[in-house]
Amino acid sequence: MSRGEVAIVGAAETTELGRIPHMSQIQLHADAALNALADAGLGISDIDGVATAGESPTGVAHYLGITPNWVDGTAVGGCSFMLHVRHAVAAIESGLCRCVLITHGESGRSNVGRGGRVSAASSLQGQFESPYGGMGPTTIFTLPVLRFLKETGTTLAEMASVAVSQRQWAGKNPRATLKTPITVDEVLNDRMIAYPFTRSQCCLVTDGGGALILVAADRAEDFPHKPVYILGTGESTETPMISQMADLTTSKAFKVSGARAFSEAGIDHGAVDHLMIYDAFAHLPLYGLEDLGFCGRGEAGAFIAEGNTLPGGRLPMNTNGGGLSYMHSGMYGMYALQESVRQVRGTAAAQVDAVDVSVCHGVGGMFAASGTVIMGSSATR
Amino acid sequence: MRIDFTQVPVPVPTPETEHFWAGTRVGELRLQQCIDCQTTYFPPRPFCPTCASRAIEIVCASGRGSLASYVINQRPHPAFDGPYAIALVELEEGVRMMSNLLNIEQTPDALILDMPLQVTLQPLSDDIVLPYFEPRGSRS
Repeated sequence: MSRGEVAIVGAAETTELGRIPHMSQIQLHADAALNALADAGLGISDIDGVATAGESPTGVAHYLGITPNWVDGTAVGGCSFMLHVRHAVAAIESGLCRCVLITHGESGRSNVGRGGRVSAASSLQGQFESPYGGMGPTTIFTLPVLRFLKETGTTLAEMASVAVSQRQWAGKNPRATLKTPITVDEVLNDRMIAYPFTRSQCCLVTDGGGALILVAADRAEDFPHKPVYILGTGESTETPMISQMADLTTSKAFKVSGARAFSEAGIDHGAVDHLMIYDAFAHLPLYGLEDLGFCGRGEAGAFIAEGNTLPGGRLPMNTNGGGLSYMHSGMYGMYALQESVRQVRGTAAAQVDAVDVSVCHGVGGMFAASGTVIMGSSATR
Repeated sequence: MRIDFTQVPVPVPTPETEHFWAGTRVGELRLQQCIDCQTTYFPPRPFCPTCASRAIEIVCASGRGSLASYVINQRPHPAFDGPYAIALVELEEGVRMMSNLLNIEQTPDALILDMPLQVTLQPLSDDIVLPYFEPRGSRS
């Protein structure tokens, strides 16, 4: 893939976030898509490629009145939208389409028009995991962490500092769901959900959506906002069964996806001004910082606890407040991408000074898949 | 902690997993091993996940393992009468399984990573006997 040959020229979230019981899931897709079109100054007829997850691309295209000549329905969980960006870059570069719309919408809290997500009793998860009382991500995504803490020497207090740090960012963001500052002690003494995870180390459950529009870089300057160039991308998968991770303390998919994105972008970690690591739970930024190579083995907990990812820190991370404090509809990846776009454009609520390179890293399923997108300003293209 | 076995979601075997469930019915915890590269693996499939060879055989696990990781769920579940651990158990043969832990307090003080465990089999229906684990030396 060529570096910087495709750019994001439209980006928007749904008009509202949080509780949106008056909108069905597919309407959340459409609301975000219409906002992104307005952001880019485009009409619906300008779109000739559609990618989405959670709904079918057929359903979204028809609902919006698009007859596309390229579709991507890659659905590997919350990082699907990172993969859609990667696939859209390839499609635009090879001439399969000119203008791709990626949509997300999820009625995660209100459950209006949202399908079910239960594993069949004959699937491998149904046979070898479901009988043991897993109740979704709070009890399954969290399962590897005690091994991580033991092997790396990371403490529960350091993990709690993830939630504390992100709440500081959320306090600067009017659209964030939770804005009141919290302390490590408050996080550790909050209501236990699944030991060792308390409520404030688990993501929010909200409604919302977001959409992106991508075109070839040679026309990217013709749009109302500063173009955000795609410098490099990566994707991978590991296993749909948490019990079968090769190593409970590291994600193979994170490592493959992250390394590929850095290699394509041709940058090293020192060039990164801003970082998003999908945080459905407080341990994910720990795994992400280590597996992407920002921190050495066992160093991520202290790195966060020492304030390096806070406002004014040397690696601002999850600057919208993240899934723990901003919002989390179920497939959070789209909101991480939106925040990276805002930071590179210079329009974020909690804007970091001079962001020329933003790394946006997502997880899909529960350590099942991964996607990484590295975005840059015109200065880094 | 007590489990109401009538409320446990009952696995539905497929052709590729039938031998595993036939094994638990006769008191065996069956894994598979590659004849070409000797990898022992789980969950079941009729080829080796390391080298893709179809030359594989069924082997019986010792039933011994250790506690790799766990969470203690605090939210109510119809099959459990209070907080319960969902555990990952590393078997001696090098494979990992999810399970629950019987005959032990479901608390961080009692559940120590790497503690030795042994399999214990519990019938869920006429066809399905589910493997659980308990501290090694328990007499269940």
